[in-house]
Amino acid sequence: MAQIGETRRELALDCFLLAGRIMMESGAETYRVEDTMIRMAVSQNMVNSHCFVTPSGIMFSPSEELATRFVRINNRSTDLERVALINSVSRKLVAGEYTLQQAYDEMLIIDQTNYRFHIWIQILAAAVASGCFFILLGGKWADLPFAFLFGGTGFIIVETILIETRVKIFAEFIGSFVIGILASITVYTGFASDLDTLIIGSIMPLVPGLLITNAVRDLMAGHFVSGLSKGAEAFLTAFAIGAGIAVVLSF
Amino acid sequence: MNWPLEAFLSFMAAGAFGVIFNTPRRTLISCGLVGMSGWLIYRIFFLTFEDPVQASFAGAFVVSIVAHLLAKKFRMPMIIFSIAGIIPLVPGSKAYNAMRKIVEHNYLEAIAFASEAMMISGAVAMGLVFAEVLMQLFFKRQAKRIQKKWA
Repeated sequence: MAQIGETRRELALDCFLLAGRIMMESGAETYRVEDTMIRMAVSQNMVNSHCFVTPSGIMFSPSEELATRFVRINNRSTDLERVALINSVSRKLVAGEYTLQQAYDEMLIIDQTNYRFHIWIQILAAAVASGCFFILLGGKWADLPFAFLFGGTGFIIVETILIETRVKIFAEFIGSFVIGILASITVYTGFASDLDTLIIGSIMPLVPGLLITNAVRDLMAGHFVSGLSKGAEAFLTAFAIGAGIAVVLSF
Repeated sequence: MNWPLEAFLSFMAAGAFGVIFNTPRRTLISCGLVGMSGWLIYRIFFLTFEDPVQASFAGAFVVSIVAHLLAKKFRMPMIIFSIAGIIPLVPGSKAYNAMRKIVEHNYLEAIAFASEAMMISGAVAMGLVFAEVLMQLFFKRQAKRIQKKWA
């Protein structure tokens, strides 16, 4: 009997940490991850549990007697569909619709499935976003195809370098650098007229909007470690984009 | 201003950002609507009072409120809806201009642009905070009931 209790507790811990890890990797706010894990723990009669979530690791202590577990978070991307799916699994677990084993299996499937849109659809979306922002910010209709094209190109470059090297700041620097070069060339050869709006519209898909919003919401909820580190990540991204453009403009 | 065109463009832009951030398929249209409402409120406020800081505050506030309501309706995290709507309010052009002036060694103008960008991003953050607090007050009774259930 004690053996069964032991394995069940291990399963519960695995389940909570897996949920936390997937959510954190997919770009959820820190306080939501903590809230989800604590709620799941309470639903499994672990009332004295504590967890501490940072963008690079999750610590979970089930109770005073049991050992604390830790899981490292290595790569973070943005995949809000996963956040929503884990959220609904945890709701079902808490409401008693799922058993622990069912929830764990479901989460393993979520962890292994790729929910992202096809890469060409993402590139098209980046291009559309660039074009829309270009017009919203007061660009001329004649220049719209260039904004559309450069927004997509920048996104392709960033994604390709990210797959190859995993260094985010470098990818963003090169992406905005290429956008700057392309925009300068089109303006100096006379195809387009408005350099500033063209560049701003094209770099819009690279702007760290999710990180900034997350950082603010984490700081608000009192999670200063996560808020500050996400803020630092957002600042680094913004700095990389700015530096890439600045290098082009300074010539 | 050409309102229907702006509405359409901001809808498309927010929806496209929804695709980039991979929001669940059935919420894409809602994401677009959040982005559209935020941008239209921002523009109306800007054209009436001519203050980008206040307009950004109003836009972020509306985005956050609408995102909260949609999150309640869909039973999904609120962040799914707010992200796409916040992006148009990010002071990209101000930050760009500040950087450009720095590159041109025109530091005084750069400081003006940079401080404006800082003010706007602070206003966006405050808009998010205020909406959050308001929604918490509004749903306080509900939240208390849930807390009692968990205690």
